[in-house]
Amino acid sequence: MIALLRHGRYVVGENPVTGAAFALLLVLLFFALFGVWIAPYDPLATDAAQTLQPPSRAHWFGTDQVGRDVLSRMIVATRLDLVIAVSAVALSFVLGSAAGACAGFFGGWTERLVSRLTDTIMAFPLFVLAMAIVAALGNTVANIVYATAIINLPFYARMARAETNVRRDAGFVEAARLAGNGPGRVLAFHVFPNCLPPMMVQVSLNLGWAILNAAALSFIGLGVRPPTPEWGIMVADGAAFMVSGEWWVSLFPGLALMLAVFCFNLLGDGLRDLIDPRRRT
Amino acid sequence: MVRSPLLRMIGRRLLAAAPGLIGVVVVTFLLNRALPGDPAAFFAGPAATQQAIAEIRTKLGLDRSLPEQFALYVRDLARGDLGHSLTTGQPVTADLLARLPASLELTLCGLVLAVSVALPLGILAATRPGSWIDHLARLLTTAGVSLPIFFTGLVLVYVFYYLLGWAPAPLGRLDAFSTPPRPVTRMFLIDSVLAGDGALFWATARQMILPAVTLALFAMAPIARMTRAAMLGVLASDFVRTARAAGLSRHTVMVTYALRNALLPVITLLGMVFSFLLGANVVVEKVFAWPGIGSYALEALIASDYAPVQGFVLAMASLYVLLNLLIDVLYGVIDARVRIET
Repeated sequence: MIALLRHGRYVVGENPVTGAAFALLLVLLFFALFGVWIAPYDPLATDAAQTLQPPSRAHWFGTDQVGRDVLSRMIVATRLDLVIAVSAVALSFVLGSAAGACAGFFGGWTERLVSRLTDTIMAFPLFVLAMAIVAALGNTVANIVYATAIINLPFYARMARAETNVRRDAGFVEAARLAGNGPGRVLAFHVFPNCLPPMMVQVSLNLGWAILNAAALSFIGLGVRPPTPEWGIMVADGAAFMVSGEWWVSLFPGLALMLAVFCFNLLGDGLRDLIDPRRRT
Repeated sequence: MVRSPLLRMIGRRLLAAAPGLIGVVVVTFLLNRALPGDPAAFFAGPAATQQAIAEIRTKLGLDRSLPEQFALYVRDLARGDLGHSLTTGQPVTADLLARLPASLELTLCGLVLAVSVALPLGILAATRPGSWIDHLARLLTTAGVSLPIFFTGLVLVYVFYYLLGWAPAPLGRLDAFSTPPRPVTRMFLIDSVLAGDGALFWATARQMILPAVTLALFAMAPIARMTRAAMLGVLASDFVRTARAAGLSRHTVMVTYALRNALLPVITLLGMVFSFLLGANVVVEKVFAWPGIGSYALEALIASDYAPVQGFVLAMASLYVLLNLLIDVLYGVIDARVRIET
């Protein structure tokens, strides 16, 4: 543990970008946890006298078309955006890696079934499939999570399958078998933990993508419903005002989205360095 | 017996694409049946009597078993019947066909733009690692994967339409003063060239630039990144060193030896890029009020009109399967080894 921490400090020291990304993650988490109390205004309170005000001392990031404070809505939205992304990625990680690991370990009909399923999902343009799922299941936040999880599933399943497959007949696995462990136990406690490091990198890169995906879905009017503050919806709200010069309604939530995605992508790269010293750049 | 190995490969790939297409049809059918509520009650409208709903249910075949319904669905598909749109009152197939050229034109323009910038950028970055062009490539690729596509589009609109006034209003394929060219391919850029109308070509190109750039910025990132990585790998390999040592010209080494090999992973990646582009297309069409199939599906979605949405998903998925087929064939053209092995 101490060695890992020291290695972590080395990586952060070596690559300050990873350190910055980690700091950014802490800021995001802080807003997600305490945003409701920090926000200077009520994110839902409208003010007919203060519509579309440019950034000022009272409203740092301006106000939107019904006079809501953009900054407050942005801060409060952090939690929803992160929750959607994290739960979608967690769901597809658990289901995808379980299915993929079984496919890679047992082979046979399990493998055929899992590959058919992932191939079918991959036969769709992924965002279009997510749209179709939300349209069919109903327009709710939970369904956005399911849709995002489903379109991410193939990546985890394929990766887990490949990683398990190369370890299936490794020496330490044979040893575990000889020691009398059943196949399920060998897979869960000997093979699978060794597949985790590369998958963690995938998780981090995927989080950024999941945020973008959920935001794009709510931008086109699926999932999160209007008065709820969410970055994608806020950008959509401001879209009409971009052509008439009221840039702040869209710009700030868009920047927030960009920063969050950027943060997870950089963390993914940093995590890869931490886990795989050979590919360190 | 087909003698040409390339033709035989195409045939094999066509067969290999079949399970994907079947999967697509099954999934769209299941999504169709997972709709919330009773489709019959929905089609009948709020004022319908119980009897009217039952009649519609029989007419739609909803009172039959699931396998029977699936058979009916496949029969309709084979006839090219995707149902009727409630909002436009037209058959969905006709609506989709009328709007598909607009989407295709936009996607292709975006892709061509992305490839023509990303390939040279990736090659230059690989041949001069650490130079300013390498840093530029890295900046562009990082921005490309982090920027929400709708946000890029809006910022471009703000800068080039509102601030600078260079671009026209983001309102579709043509401004209000122009009339569309005589439809041949229904792709306005091509049709205006065919009609020999330079002014009209300029008018359509102006409308096209911003949405195409938005799509290209998004698609460029993975292509440039992959080109750079593949080129770096190939340039470090033995056969390139040997070619250099044999005194071949720089151009021959770079293009014939290195690039041809480096293109293979890039082409594999193009399939994934298409998948993202087709999805991004929907969002870009919304931002620029582009009258393609994406905005058609969105309008239908908001009106809870499901037949067009299903048709749209099916059309996009089929398009994607076909594009992947094309990529496989392209792969065979570039890599002689694939042809020999089959």
